[in-house]
Amino acid sequence: MHSFSFDVAHLLAGSLVLVSFVMLYQDRMYALINTFALHAVLLALSVAWQAFVQDAPHLYVTAVIALIFKATVIPAALRRIVERLKIHREIETVVGIGLTMLAGIALVALSTVVMLKVTAAADPLAREDLAFALSIVLLGLLMMVSRRNAVGQVIGFMSLENGLVLAAAGAKGMPLVVEISVAFSVLIAFIVIGIFLFRIRERFDSVDIGALDSFRGDRG
Amino acid sequence: MTALPVDPVYLILCVPLAGAGLLALLPDYRWSARLNVLVSLLSFCSALLLFVRRPSTGLFLQIDDLNIVFVVLNTFVAFTTSIFSASYIAHELETGRLTPVYLRFYHAMFQFMMFGMNLALVANNIGLMWVAVELATLTTILMVGIYRTHEALEAAWKYFILGSVGIALALFGTILIYMTAQPVIGTGLPAMAWTELFRHAASFDPSLLNLAFVFLLLGYGTKVGLVPLHAWLPDAHAEGPTPISAVLSGLLLNVALYAVLRFKMLLAANTRTFAPGPLLIALGLLSLIFAAFMLYRRRDIKRLFAYSSIEHMGIIAFAFGMGGPLANFAGLLHMTMHSLTKSAIFFSVGHIAQVKGTQKIADMGGLSVTHPALAWALVIGVVAIAGFPPSGIFMSEFLVVSSTFARAPALAVALVFGLLIGIGALFLRLGGIVFGEPRGNVAPDQASYLPFLAHLTIVLIAGLYIPLPVVSWFQSVARQLG
Repeated sequence: MHSFSFDVAHLLAGSLVLVSFVMLYQDRMYALINTFALHAVLLALSVAWQAFVQDAPHLYVTAVIALIFKATVIPAALRRIVERLKIHREIETVVGIGLTMLAGIALVALSTVVMLKVTAAADPLAREDLAFALSIVLLGLLMMVSRRNAVGQVIGFMSLENGLVLAAAGAKGMPLVVEISVAFSVLIAFIVIGIFLFRIRERFDSVDIGALDSFRGDRG
Repeated sequence: MTALPVDPVYLILCVPLAGAGLLALLPDYRWSARLNVLVSLLSFCSALLLFVRRPSTGLFLQIDDLNIVFVVLNTFVAFTTSIFSASYIAHELETGRLTPVYLRFYHAMFQFMMFGMNLALVANNIGLMWVAVELATLTTILMVGIYRTHEALEAAWKYFILGSVGIALALFGTILIYMTAQPVIGTGLPAMAWTELFRHAASFDPSLLNLAFVFLLLGYGTKVGLVPLHAWLPDAHAEGPTPISAVLSGLLLNVALYAVLRFKMLLAANTRTFAPGPLLIALGLLSLIFAAFMLYRRRDIKRLFAYSSIEHMGIIAFAFGMGGPLANFAGLLHMTMHSLTKSAIFFSVGHIAQVKGTQKIADMGGLSVTHPALAWALVIGVVAIAGFPPSGIFMSEFLVVSSTFARAPALAVALVFGLLIGIGALFLRLGGIVFGEPRGNVAPDQASYLPFLAHLTIVLIAGLYIPLPVVSWFQSVARQLG
């Protein structure tokens, strides 16, 4: 049973890393949002599996939050934003896809090397889980810096956060996981509402392109 | 004093929370400004009660030697800021920059932010502390964007994204700490409690602890504003209301630094980990020298002092990185003094920007002719923050420099270099504001000098004489910090 549960956890966490890669090379907004929804579904499955394996019913709450909030509500809201702001046709990566993918591979290699070396003594399930989680976190960061558009960045941030929830769920018996995932959901809801209300189209160093032309004064 | 019906630590949390609720309901801004002052005063009094009766440590909340002073400082600066804020917002309402609805929101958020910061300080649980820091961050983001100008929204957005990334990294570090503690302490809440973590730190896996600290330093370091993670800080200070700039510089940076210090203590309690000192020294020196040079090119008065905050956070990180009883003592003193002085400066800057109707340094020359009282307030504040005797900042900077000279002269040279560059820049800009042709608005000011005077008096007294109990208390905490 242990080895089977280990394999399933491994499969789900590995698929999360894979989907993170898939997100890296999406250059259309709708495709990116759909891929993120898949990411969130996989996270929900992964957390639910951890809940089952660890016999920790509170983790099911986190899984349900991921399924309802991140896989359904947020993608729907983002789709509306993309529609309203008319950015669905934008190709919006800063550097080339090949380079981004290479950087992504390097980051995954880095996190695996660091994590497996550092956690030699830890429980193997938690250990591999952490290595995958760190990969997802780093890929999320990479996505945030390689996207030109606020929606793309938010998706990067949310995939980063999925990695954190994966890590928290994998840490055996960690308290407050549900509270933390709720806190994160609030944060993300704020971000999405922020984009929607203030019609933020560009990177985080600019709010609105038209208005920005008038503000090139003292900055930084 | 066992007659006290409730634990003061709950009062510190409940008073601001109840205040936030009340202020959200109260429509009249004059009353809500007064109520805000009253609630802040009550929180300050309940913080003072902590000295009278030290509450017992639970799994969620704790009061110990380290956090008690930050709680008192936090509530004190919040109290004086609320007085400043009352005179500040009346003017904002007159000029139409804020509407009564936003003011209601502003007051409620002010108390909510205080709740978040107090909770982060008294939390005995690393997860709870993380949630509290996130709460304080979210409320300050809302406050920074409150003017709804493009610049304010941009600043809020930048703060939001960088702050979120920082907070995410800090959470990863927090999870790693739990993973380290769990095999030793066992699953569940105790493995996240500070008191338990310290008790068992010696038997934690050192390599995992190291990795956790790196994430925590990067995460909470973003909130401290250490270079190269500082990009949000100047914008957030410049575009929000000035009382919020005062609270950001004076308190929120301290809260984040407090979190870093706690984790550093955890590392110090385990002898097999790497020494976090060099990392803090490098980040501190980088922040100090970078910010000192950046000070020269500032044209916005609030940005100027925001960079000065980065500079001082660098000095403090450097002091704690050096470690040892003397440097830690200096770091703690500097945190306190900087918090008081910088918020006092923002009080005067707020009034100056209001009477001049601008934050551009170029448009506010000749302040000593048009508004002598404000000009003197600014001069005294800048002299104090630049570290001239007899201010308390001089004392702490002197201690940092002298303890560094004794142990690593090369680092001390770099430190003094950064300090001198910073002083030069501050006085260059100060000259442009205070002297020269009078420019801009000459309307009389309606400033309240009480908060400013209260802060500066403490800073000046601390420069000349620190009471013995305070010294011995600082020393005992400095020893704990390792």
